[in-house]
This record gives sequence, structure tokens and C-alpha cells, in this order.
Amino acid sequence: MSVAEAGIARLAVERASRGQQVKDLIFRAALLLSLGVGFITLGVLLVDVTLDGGSSLSWDFITNFPSRISPERSGVQSAVVGTLLLMVTTALFIVPVGVATAIYLEEYADRDRWWNRLIEVNIQNLAAVPSVVYGLLGLAFIVRAPLSLGTVVLAGALTLGLLVLPVVIVVAREAIRAVPSSIREGSLALGATHWQTIWKQTLPGSLPGIATGVILALSRAIGETAPLLVIGAALFTRFNPNDVTSDQFTALPLTILRFVTDADSEYQTLGAAAILVLLAILVVMNAGAVYLRNRYEQKW
Amino acid sequence: MQEHVTQDPEERQQETSGRVDGVPSTREGQVQTQALEAKGQKATGERKPIFGLEKVGVAYGGVPAVREVDFPIYQHQITALIGPSGCGKSTLIRCLNRMNDLIPAAKVTGKVNYHGEDLYGSDVDPVQVRKRIGMVFQKPNPFPKSIYDNIAFGPRVLGQKGDMDEIVESALRRGALWDEVKDRLKTNAFGMSGGQQQRLCIARALATDPDVILMDEPCSALDPISTGRIEDLMLELRENYSIVIVTHNMQQAARVSNMTAFFTVELDEDEKHRTGRVVEYDDTEKVFTNPSDERTEAYVTGKVG
Repeated sequence: MSVAEAGIARLAVERASRGQQVKDLIFRAALLLSLGVGFITLGVLLVDVTLDGGSSLSWDFITNFPSRISPERSGVQSAVVGTLLLMVTTALFIVPVGVATAIYLEEYADRDRWWNRLIEVNIQNLAAVPSVVYGLLGLAFIVRAPLSLGTVVLAGALTLGLLVLPVVIVVAREAIRAVPSSIREGSLALGATHWQTIWKQTLPGSLPGIATGVILALSRAIGETAPLLVIGAALFTRFNPNDVTSDQFTALPLTILRFVTDADSEYQTLGAAAILVLLAILVVMNAGAVYLRNRYEQKW
Repeated sequence: MQEHVTQDPEERQQETSGRVDGVPSTREGQVQTQALEAKGQKATGERKPIFGLEKVGVAYGGVPAVREVDFPIYQHQITALIGPSGCGKSTLIRCLNRMNDLIPAAKVTGKVNYHGEDLYGSDVDPVQVRKRIGMVFQKPNPFPKSIYDNIAFGPRVLGQKGDMDEIVESALRRGALWDEVKDRLKTNAFGMSGGQQQRLCIARALATDPDVILMDEPCSALDPISTGRIEDLMLELRENYSIVIVTHNMQQAARVSNMTAFFTVELDEDEKHRTGRVVEYDDTEKVFTNPSDERTEAYVTGKVG
């Protein structure tokens, strides 16, 4: 190779790599921009809500009941209590049902059978059904006959539970599938039964994943307004429900809706403050999910 | 060479193990014979079959993976299954403790007798089978638990009575692992080296007091030193257990096994599927030094495969 040829070759190499660098830079910028869209929107929203509602936020706001007459003495106690009760009851419903469904589909269902395939397709479809439709379902079957629970926390929790159940099932199935088959085989080869293997190996191994999925499902349920409206939950109440099966109840999204649609701008400010309360609960829940994942996640 | 072949390797090994055990062969030779007979291994070289395979075949979704396997597996012997990839060795070994049941598409034909009983009889519970016939897998698969809990898992699920600490210690001693781990029984098994993990898996299988241990390429993921340890362990375990091992390592088969079955892959009649078959089953010594089939010879001498 002559000196000139070597020079050309080097030039070609350098040109190519510079072009590559530019492409790389553009690509990175595009990725950052996409990230920025989400981040900036969220940031603007947070700042806006904090500016609007931050000043109204106080311990009194959380402990007072909402008032129709005086915005300054109005609070969100019944909404916070209602939301927390809803979440706990929903969790009690979705954890056993969702996990049991996931175990059936992963461990027992024979995919060659048409009914198992039908179940799978249906779960995927259910995840895409609009939440208001679940509200109608809840109203027709849970609030009224055959369950006839009335508009109580349990009815709301079952409705929200049905709504997020597909999410729990999908996440739990993934968590169960992530337990390597070598662990199952090892357990079965020692003479453990199928059920012992599920109970003592597969479930403990997939628990962090399942817990994360449940919390993420609940953080979707916590913001749902439409289904609760449809089943007839109150926009605000001046009392807390005594238990989950008897009293009328409200929840944060409903009270927020009530506040922000009020003609009085003072109530609208309270709406912003209530949004901050809801966001705070959400952040705590998601932080819990992250903690669980990092603390107990199993590396195989 | 000829002398070598005619000598019964069985007898030779017993002499060796007798010396290792420190049993003086001059004194009370009767006792020794009795002990051997009690283990079903007569000094005359007559062996007691533990498995009888009669025309065993396995098909996955109608496609045969291995077929017409016809040989006995003897008690207190190490039986090696060797052959090229895809010849059905692993498939066959999984028939012996009904692990193939876990694959819905797998179908076992023929007869697998275990102590004269049909292993696939309609009244046989696969869970009971696996209790008696333990298995060690290709890749060490410790549970994500402490070393102690790994060993205790089997006895616990089987509801074994007795002092769990003793059961764990005894299993770890038999697995030649006790001295290395006795001070860290409560630490996670994932912190052990690959070789230790595999010995843990062997000890775990021993904890339930099985009769047979099946090993599916137990050393393929291990370095030579760990492999050597496991081979030593297998030779020790042969005293009390029957071992069947699938291996790709021919030196390993030659070093540890008493009996060797050589498998090969054949195209079936309509030349559609590749199916494994047994070419030769004999004393390891004979298979490696004077095989009766030229395909075996080509394989063990490294000409093919």
C-alpha cells in the first residue's frame, strides 16, 4: 500500500466514523427529546398544581370533612379514608383471585384446550375495556342484583378490582414464568408434589414480582373516577364509612372532581390541594413497589 | 490386551473397594461376601438388576426421540449413558424417575421395571417414584435459600421424622461438602462456587435417602477440579446407591462407570425423524477397549462424534 493509498484509506475511515458520530448524536438527542416530553409535561403539571393548591395544603385540610358552605374549613378526610379503604379492600380481592388465576394459567392450563386459549384472549381483551364499562358492570351486578351490595366501599372495591385484575394476572404470570424451570424440576425430583412445588418454590420466587404488580395495579385503581361515579359513589360526604359493607362513601378522585368543577375559585384551589394529596399517596405506593423489587428481587 | 478384556471388571473393582475399606481379605472372607451379597452384588460377579428396560421408547408429540431401549441397569453400579447429541440419553434417563411426565407432549412406550414393578403402572404415583429415585441436573440448580434449607427441603416436603440438623449434616457429609460449609449453613446457596453448588444438589438428593441417583451430565458446567471431586464422590456413593449418569465426557464414563450404554442417532425408515437407539451395552471396560460394534469403536476412539 502506497503512502497516498494509506492516506485515502485513513480519510475514508475518519469520514465514516464522523458520520457515525453525527448519527449517534442525533439519535441520542431524539431519545432525550422523547424523554423530555414526558418529563416536562409532568414537571409543568406538578409545578402548576403545587402553585395552585400548595398554600391550601395543611393538616387541617387532610383532617377536615368537606364543607359546602365554607371553603376555608373544607377538607378531604372522608375522601382519604374512602380511598384508603377502597385500596385495601381492592387488594384483598385482587391478590388471591389474580394470583390464583395466574397459577392456573401458568402451571395447570393445557394450552391445547380451547377454553384455556379463550380465557387468555379474554384476559387480554378485558385489559382494554374502558373503565366506565366496568362501572356499568359494577352497577348492574354488584350494586344491584344479584349481589345487591348497594353503593358501599365493597361494591366500589370489587368494581375497581375487576378493572385492574387483568393487570395483576398478566404481571403475576410473568413473575411466575420468571422462576426458572430448573427450580421446579429440582423440587419435583426430590419428591415434592406439584402443589408443594408451587407453594414452596414458585410462589416465594415470584412474590416480589407479584407484589410489584399488585401495587402498580392499585395505583391505576386509585385514580379511577368514572366507575365510582357510575356505581353511584358520593362526590363528597361529611362522614367516614363505618365499614365496607354499609355506608355511602367517597374517594379522592370524586372529591377532586367535585372541587374543581365548582364555580367558586376557592374550591378549585382546594381541588389542586386534593390532587397533591392523591399524588402523595401514589408516590408512597410506587416507592413501596420499587423498594420491594430492589429488596427482594431474585436474581437467578 | 486379551487378558484385560476377559477379566471381569466387576471383580476387580470389588477387590479395590475391599482394600479401600480396609477389610482384611484374609480374615473372615465370609463376612465380606455376606456384606456384598446383602447389597445384591455377589462376589462372583452376578449382578442384580434394579431397572429392567423393555423396548422403551419416548416420543415427543408423536415424534420418537429414542426407541427400543432394552437393557437392565444393575444395583450398586455406575451405569453411563454415552453417545452423540440428540441420541436420547437425557430423554431416557428422565424416564427412570418419570420426569418426562412433566412434558405433556412426551409419551413413554414399552416397559420400565423398577425392582420388578412397572414404573408406569396405572397405580404408581410419580411423586413416590421420585422420592426413591433422585436426580441431579446438568446445571446446578440450588434453591434460592440457605444451604441448610436446600438440604432440608426434601425431607420437609416428604414429612420425614427425625432431627433435621442431623439429617442435614449427614447428607452434607455424604455429599463431601460438610467440612466446607459447616460454618455457613445459614448463608444463601447462591454464594457457593459452581462445583460446590453441584455437590449441594447431590447432597440434597441424598437427604431423602433415595435408592437410585440419576445424573444428567452433572459435570458439564464444571471445571476439571470440581469434576474430579464429583467423580470421587460418585465412586464413594456407589457403595450405597445405584447411579445412572449421562455424560458427554468419554473419559468420565471410562473413569467412573461399571457399565456403559452407547447410543447413536439414526434416521427412521421413512427417513423423516432422527431417533436415538442403543448400539451397545456392556461392561465399561469392554465398551472402551474391545467394543463389538464398529460404531461404538469409532465413537469411543474419537473418530466420530
